[in-house]
Amino acid sequence: MRRYFEIYSIMLRNSLIRELSFKANFILWMLVEVLWFCGQIIFFSIIFGNVDRIGDWTKWEVVLLIGTHQIIAQLFQAFFFVNVANIPELVRTGKLDSMLVLPVDSQFAVSTKQFALDSVVNAIVGGVVVCFSLAQLHITPNAMALLLYLVALGFGIAVHYSIMLSLAAVSFWIVRAQGLVYGYFNFLNIARYPDAIFPRLFKIIFGWIIPVVIVANIPARLLIKSFGQPGPLMLQLVVASTIVFFLSRGFWRFALRHYSSASS
Amino acid sequence: MTRARVDKYISVFNIGLQNTFVYRWNYFLRALFGLIPLAGTVFLWSAVFKERGHGLHGYDYGSMIYYYLLTILVSNLVTPTEDEWQIAADIREGQINALLTKPMSYLAYRFSIFLSGRLVYTFVTLPPIGLIFLYFHNYIIPPDDPMIYLYAFISTLMAAFIQFFITYSLAMMAFWILEISTVVFIVYSFEYFLGGQMFPIDIMPAGIQAVMKWMPFYYELFCPVAIFLERLRGPALFQALAIQTGWLFLTWAAARGMWRRGLSHYQAVGG
Repeated sequence: MRRYFEIYSIMLRNSLIRELSFKANFILWMLVEVLWFCGQIIFFSIIFGNVDRIGDWTKWEVVLLIGTHQIIAQLFQAFFFVNVANIPELVRTGKLDSMLVLPVDSQFAVSTKQFALDSVVNAIVGGVVVCFSLAQLHITPNAMALLLYLVALGFGIAVHYSIMLSLAAVSFWIVRAQGLVYGYFNFLNIARYPDAIFPRLFKIIFGWIIPVVIVANIPARLLIKSFGQPGPLMLQLVVASTIVFFLSRGFWRFALRHYSSASS
Repeated sequence: MTRARVDKYISVFNIGLQNTFVYRWNYFLRALFGLIPLAGTVFLWSAVFKERGHGLHGYDYGSMIYYYLLTILVSNLVTPTEDEWQIAADIREGQINALLTKPMSYLAYRFSIFLSGRLVYTFVTLPPIGLIFLYFHNYIIPPDDPMIYLYAFISTLMAAFIQFFITYSLAMMAFWILEISTVVFIVYSFEYFLGGQMFPIDIMPAGIQAVMKWMPFYYELFCPVAIFLERLRGPALFQALAIQTGWLFLTWAAARGMWRRGLSHYQAVGG
């Protein structure tokens, strides 16, 4: 375990050095994300110009939900996104070989190579929006709610990661698989919508099997809408995300067995 | 135009067809995954209309769904998918050297490939889209007036040209900068929010709409859809078509200008 920490800290340092040598790119990527984030909030402001609530969600609660999803999505993108998105390319070019022979877990090797600092900044922006919404709602969460929220964010990141890894593993069969990145964005697109809008069957499928609906909704509910009953919410998030994480790891290993190197 | 001049672009079109066919799984998966956000949108608006109990800026639940179905159809027909990355790679990796020596305009060459790409894309994504249209057939009310079809067709055609010229101009940035993806995504986010993909422009406050009407994004997707839905009528319709024609020529000029300036900046590397 310690070895993995050491390897990771070296990779982290290298990424930071690389990142800071392209300053303009760094700022532009940040701008891209800020634009998308603002667009989402504007969209919901337009909707809330016409209705007072969606299900049991009021305007600032939804803004808090979008901010929460921003934190989760950006932290995922900071640590894993670029790496996992690059897997189809590694498969196509045969560069995956050199990672498989490393004396570390293959999934660790392909998942942690790069780190994106700009996404961390954007996660902080998401955090600011969450704090601002809390002020608008006149809610001061107690220590317990805050702790559960932070833990839940971690499980949310795990769901993002698992879905992306599963999609990337498909590239062992379909060689030109860049479209899978779009798959990830499409799946997670619904994660920032309030859960109250989804019909029952949809909620079961996307709350347990491909648990994208709970990624941000459960953390946000834990923070402001658990009504003293955080247990069942936390249980669903922990169980569903653990299952999807191990399924994706299983699928990754299964896919790896189908890997026939492109080189030599 | 002589026959030979047209023939060579038809050959490019054919080669483009074969090349994009490699991406068929990509396209199919993209269309399939695209159903998930659509479901989200449908459920969201369903909840909004249920809460509101009555219409919203002239839309009801059915016409809102119809709006999104049409945007999907039109965007499949007119939105370039891989073109900007291919053009940028052509420039970065020096592939254009080979094309510069040929008696062929690069703009027309890329346009032929764009056309073939759209054809394959539309064809591959037809089954899932057809199924959605079938599923929501109750909300689909085609216009009675045959002229509407003509106007919507012209507007869709112009939207395709505008989208292509914008994509082409953006990709030309590769003459100056190594990595164009940031610029592409910044413009893409404007297209997504201001072009009507996220929500119909005409539910926005009137003041904002008046500004948006003068922007090119409005004419990349929203305009043809609004014409077909008969939300743009009478003088407003003709004004929109006129502004769209203006943007068509402006973006065309931009595409040609960017190419000329880029080329004068370009130094061929390698042999």
